[in-house]
Amino acid sequence: MWSFSKISNILDSWLSETFSPTWTMVIEMVIAGICVITLFALLGLVLVLMERRVAAWIQIRLGPNRVGPGGMLQSLADTVKLLVKEGMTPDGADKFLFNLAPIIAMMVAMLLMAPIAFASNFQLWDLNIGVLYVTAISSLMVISILMAGWASNNKYSLMGAMRSGAQIVSYELSAGLSIMAIVVLSSSLNLNDIIQSQADGWWIFKGHIPVFIAFLIFIIAVTAETNRAPFDLAEAESELTAGFHTEYSGMKFALFFLAEYINVFIVCAIGATLFLGGWMPFHIGHWEAFNHVMDFIPSSIWFFGKTFFLIFLIMWFRWTFPRLRIDQLLDLEWKYLLPISMFNLLLVTLMAILGWHF
Amino acid sequence: MGASSMIVLIIAALTFSSIAMLVSKIVTKATSNPQKGQPYECGIPTRGKTWTQLNVGYYLFALIFLIFDVELVFLFPWAVVAKKVGWMAMVEILIFFFILMLGFLYAHKKGALKWV
Repeated sequence: MWSFSKISNILDSWLSETFSPTWTMVIEMVIAGICVITLFALLGLVLVLMERRVAAWIQIRLGPNRVGPGGMLQSLADTVKLLVKEGMTPDGADKFLFNLAPIIAMMVAMLLMAPIAFASNFQLWDLNIGVLYVTAISSLMVISILMAGWASNNKYSLMGAMRSGAQIVSYELSAGLSIMAIVVLSSSLNLNDIIQSQADGWWIFKGHIPVFIAFLIFIIAVTAETNRAPFDLAEAESELTAGFHTEYSGMKFALFFLAEYINVFIVCAIGATLFLGGWMPFHIGHWEAFNHVMDFIPSSIWFFGKTFFLIFLIMWFRWTFPRLRIDQLLDLEWKYLLPISMFNLLLVTLMAILGWHF
Repeated sequence: MGASSMIVLIIAALTFSSIAMLVSKIVTKATSNPQKGQPYECGIPTRGKTWTQLNVGYYLFALIFLIFDVELVFLFPWAVVAKKVGWMAMVEILIFFFILMLGFLYAHKKGALKWV
């Protein structure tokens, strides 16, 4: 059966037979770069379309259905539209920072791709501190947002950026603590080891209620971290026009937009990896026959299926909950989520020590 | 692919964004008029400086965040070995959280967590 790992292995052995080691490495790097850029662009197109279709479906309307078969090419048309718009830089803006901010946003989103296992034995960097890497890099996102807001010379942008800064750093804590629950249970920071530890059942099923609470907190926190509704205070369009990217137009805006959607994908991929077993098929304990049947579904389909399910969940939130006020938002984090997630971590530790999970 | 993937990804991000920006610069035709570069604020000319003072609350939250973020960094090595160490890890984390909670309660009592 063809799988991603097989293809990459065949390619690797063919390249090392044909070329010298240095050239093999260079060619592999170029291929990896092209693959990642393609994945990036494709994910952007798919997620924008998905967002609009889900929104339309929830609000009982049609959504985009004119461009291409069933509106499939709508996001491509949007990209072309953004491409031919002039990218302006407002007077009095800090030109260097203004142009640097979207590039940094892209860089952060791209760097987060490194440790994610898309299929079994298929990831860019099998990092032994994968979880720490993801937490560290994802917190760089706030820099690009603050940079964009500060450099724009616009009060809306500045306010949006400050709000977003407060929000992202706050919710990072409970996201980190809920990730920690899984690290305690699987005793590893390596994403591959974490996936392997779920071979006899995903943590969300194996870990009883504490892990489920951790999962809920994680989902809430990452929704806030990616600035999505109901936590989209950074760009609350009814108060701040568009928040930190009010002054951005054309391709620079598109880069922000793309980075935001990629971030949604990545946090969902991390959530799927930690709680739902990543590419691990649905296994139940020692039901050998059942597990064997489940193994026939390719691991990449499991991974993308779980990830897109979580993305759908986050899109669903947007049309279900009203936007919070900034004081309510910070109250929710500091007075409820943070103490709950700390207590929950203690419960998970107790569970791990007593061996009360399957 | 190891650590070189980080370099690959940074280069990929740079090429992707710079090509996108360059193409859009070539394709579009820039126009200019005196009001075009003004900051967008509902159509009327802006008043006062943009970089004004902001609510002190942001600063306070950032300070408290710093404490908890350092805590999170300390938790990473603990979390990896917690299962192996057993009950001692539980005691340690209880002491750690207790000290942390004292600071948190102090901040709460002082009203640092209240948005004004």
